[in-house]
Amino acid sequence: MTYIPNTDDERAAMLRVIGVDKVEDLFHDVPEAHRFPPLDLPRPLSEAEILAELRDMAEANADLDHVACFLGAGSYHHFVPSVVDMVISRSEFYTAYTPYQPEVSQGVLQALFEYQSMICALTEMDVANSSHYDGATATAEAVIMALNVHRRRRKRVVLSPTVHPMYRETVHTYTQGMGLNIVGEDAPLHDLKALADLIDEETCCIVVQNPDFLGRMFSPKEMKALADAAHAHKALFIVVVDPISLGFMVAPGRYDADIVVGEGQSLGSLPQFGGPYLGIFAFKKEYVRKSSGRLVGETVDAEGKRGYVITLSTREQHIRREKATSNICTNEALVAIAAAVYLAAMGKSGLRRVAELSYHKAHYAAQRIAEIDGFDLLSTWPFFKEFVVRTPAPVQEINDYLLDEWGILGGYDLSRDYPQLENAMLLCVTEMNDREEIDALVDAFKEIANGALDSTVRFYVG
Amino acid sequence: MRGPEPTIYEISSPGRRGYTLPELDVPESDIPEEFLRDRLLLPEVAEVDLVRHFVRLSQKNFGVDLGFYPLGSCTMKYNPKVNEVAARLPGFTKIHPLQDPATVQGAMQLMYELQTYLAEITGFAATTLQPAAGAHGELTGVLMMRKLIHEGRGEPHRTKVLVPDSAHGTNPATTTMSGLQVVEIPSDKRGNVDLNELKKHLDDTVLGFMLTNPNTLGLFDEHLLELTHLVHEAGGLMYGDGANLNALLGITKPADLGFDVMHINLHKTFSTPHGGGGPGSGPVVCTEELAPYLPGPIVDVEEHDDHVHYIWKMPEHSIGRVKAFWGNFGVMVKAYTYIRMLGAQGLREVAENAVLNANYLQALVKKTYPVPYGFRTCMHEFVAQGKIEGAEDVRALDIAKRLIDYGFHPPTMYFPLIVPEALMIEPTETESKQTLDAFAEALERIAEEARTQPELLKTAPHEAPVRRLDEVRAARYPKLKDVPGME
Repeated sequence: MTYIPNTDDERAAMLRVIGVDKVEDLFHDVPEAHRFPPLDLPRPLSEAEILAELRDMAEANADLDHVACFLGAGSYHHFVPSVVDMVISRSEFYTAYTPYQPEVSQGVLQALFEYQSMICALTEMDVANSSHYDGATATAEAVIMALNVHRRRRKRVVLSPTVHPMYRETVHTYTQGMGLNIVGEDAPLHDLKALADLIDEETCCIVVQNPDFLGRMFSPKEMKALADAAHAHKALFIVVVDPISLGFMVAPGRYDADIVVGEGQSLGSLPQFGGPYLGIFAFKKEYVRKSSGRLVGETVDAEGKRGYVITLSTREQHIRREKATSNICTNEALVAIAAAVYLAAMGKSGLRRVAELSYHKAHYAAQRIAEIDGFDLLSTWPFFKEFVVRTPAPVQEINDYLLDEWGILGGYDLSRDYPQLENAMLLCVTEMNDREEIDALVDAFKEIANGALDSTVRFYVG
Repeated sequence: MRGPEPTIYEISSPGRRGYTLPELDVPESDIPEEFLRDRLLLPEVAEVDLVRHFVRLSQKNFGVDLGFYPLGSCTMKYNPKVNEVAARLPGFTKIHPLQDPATVQGAMQLMYELQTYLAEITGFAATTLQPAAGAHGELTGVLMMRKLIHEGRGEPHRTKVLVPDSAHGTNPATTTMSGLQVVEIPSDKRGNVDLNELKKHLDDTVLGFMLTNPNTLGLFDEHLLELTHLVHEAGGLMYGDGANLNALLGITKPADLGFDVMHINLHKTFSTPHGGGGPGSGPVVCTEELAPYLPGPIVDVEEHDDHVHYIWKMPEHSIGRVKAFWGNFGVMVKAYTYIRMLGAQGLREVAENAVLNANYLQALVKKTYPVPYGFRTCMHEFVAQGKIEGAEDVRALDIAKRLIDYGFHPPTMYFPLIVPEALMIEPTETESKQTLDAFAEALERIAEEARTQPELLKTAPHEAPVRRLDEVRAARYPKLKDVPGME
């Protein structure tokens, strides 16, 4: 199926109007030797056939309806209310382009304006843009924005080791042509004082995550002290957040963050194998003209009625070209609309409850696991929904056992990113994990403590 | 349904709820007081309020499903509904990106096959699916070129990227982001890159050339092979901006024409929708020489006796990852579905019909409006000018806004920059002759209106949810949020 409506007769009539004999004649500018190459692709399928194949591929995956998930590390299984998918399935939204023509795009524009408003409310920041690609690229864009605030004269970036490892890698990738000096990633974990000591007069920004990649929550007092240390050197204070944690945690705007970024997937999107996700990006208003990404603003129409437009575009690539603050064009608008619907559906009490449920369940799980011989809780209280457990065997072996014997997706293997955290697992608990699941995880760990791995490990070797 | 829709905050009422959540089934733990926020200014609405609000908003929005959307360079083709069903299969939406590869072999197979198809369609050796959008793919590709030239070939003095004056703004912006300098190359009278101008800049400081082909005038460069040869001879690399790949499916393979690396917009060419501005997906395909520099990991395959096993593999000299995880997987599922339903012959028909539709519409439109390159055969789009004899006050903007009253989405306006009063029109292959005829007729009637009652155009649109909006005010007095209780 090609979804092409015109018939051969209609095509013939059109060719006559153009004044050529056949469609092939329209391609005379294409070098003849390279014209009409064969494409080696599978034969076309009917809708029924492709759906059957796709179902087979989908069912070859162990999905979260069939396994208990204790895996987080930047992608989270939170509840998504039915209204979210209903709204983003409206094809007036999903088959539209970027709202360049505001008169026929008021739906997308107002929805994005409301998204921006709710992100400002959540983070207590002045301005939020209408999205970056994901938490990682939002973090990289925040670093570039800080560079631009300092007119690229300051080249030093302090980057906390407990910012998500993939976000840190993305910062390095994005800025590889900019001649930066990125420091701090080898600092002791969770040591804000050590990071503060790295800030100097050459530093354009410091980036920390709260709760950090290992789940640790830093108090507003600790964070404010770091903000003050940054501001003493006129460096920008960039905070990476988990938006769900802001259901009860003090917002970064209250401890003087300059830029707040984060992964918005938890707000109404399923993990879907890593994307599309949502880069949250909020900042103080004095930096608005150095900011990147689209902004939707309120205005009035010719009759004085309220309406919305894309605004302050002179920062953007289609106007400013090589002097733009970023090259971003397409963003994650539909995912931002999903987040707006989620935040509106949950409201102030619902988001707080999601955060509390995750917190209480995570602490319950951690306490039960800490009681098991051979399993040590490395996280100190308080953490949010993730915590670190030292395991008596390599994490991969434990996860294989959990999945095969218990139908449990275990935690993230921290040895991948932190050599000092060998045999350490980052576990995540949300409102989607009921007590039965948590107790099953505890029972499975007890079996491991009792030597369960010794009998099964042989089975997996080779 | 006319009149402003209240904001979600304006329909909020204290104590309303639009959610349910499970009861707490474990003991509570203390949350230290100092961590607790003192306010959370989110709205409070019932589910019915919420649904009506967003459905009413959707009714104030124009999408491809409502009508013709000839936005040049954006390839607003019809989005098949099977794609949406496919991407929502629970085995695709409810899998975690960090699951053990053994538990997500179906998803990895889909990615591997999509990598293979995209390489085959464009003629390249390797693919990454990680970039989230076209501009993201550009950044990826230019950083790869930079690393190959600076480190692989040991030529760090090459820091200039040549970009035609007809290029998308993302090309120069990407160059700057990559720490390189832009040199703009003018176009010649036939809309090609001016080769004489190009030659003046081809020295040992050139890292590469970023070219959209067909270009934003909708024209296939008539000297393309010579151009790519010259750039290669000077030691540079050719970047292909794949925004206009819809014109080339099954017609030619960009790798055969001398491109070294290009991005593909799955949300344009492969009809995963645009989502009101995103999500997109911007895979990057490249030659054997550039493949070790791809961001990763990408999916690779291990052959075993009785089965294959998909694995993650980091390319040897990778520029590093360009985002978290593996890319916009949900978008990949849609593009995969689309390619599998069309097959090789179907893809070629897409390009043929996209080009046929554009040339047909160009033939109709140039009767009424100037089409500066209308003496040439266009590819998937063409650029007209919003200039009407006898109505000199009327601008492209007015014509665009008046088209709304006729039920059409306006074309891209004022781009490319080298054509004054540009109206860039891309019909795509999924529009019928009737639609194209009706659009051309509307443009003719608008030209007539411009001469007889120009006010009708100057004050258009008349049939939209709002009248023309005050963009100057929006920029001068920015109001970027509205949260009761916040400054």
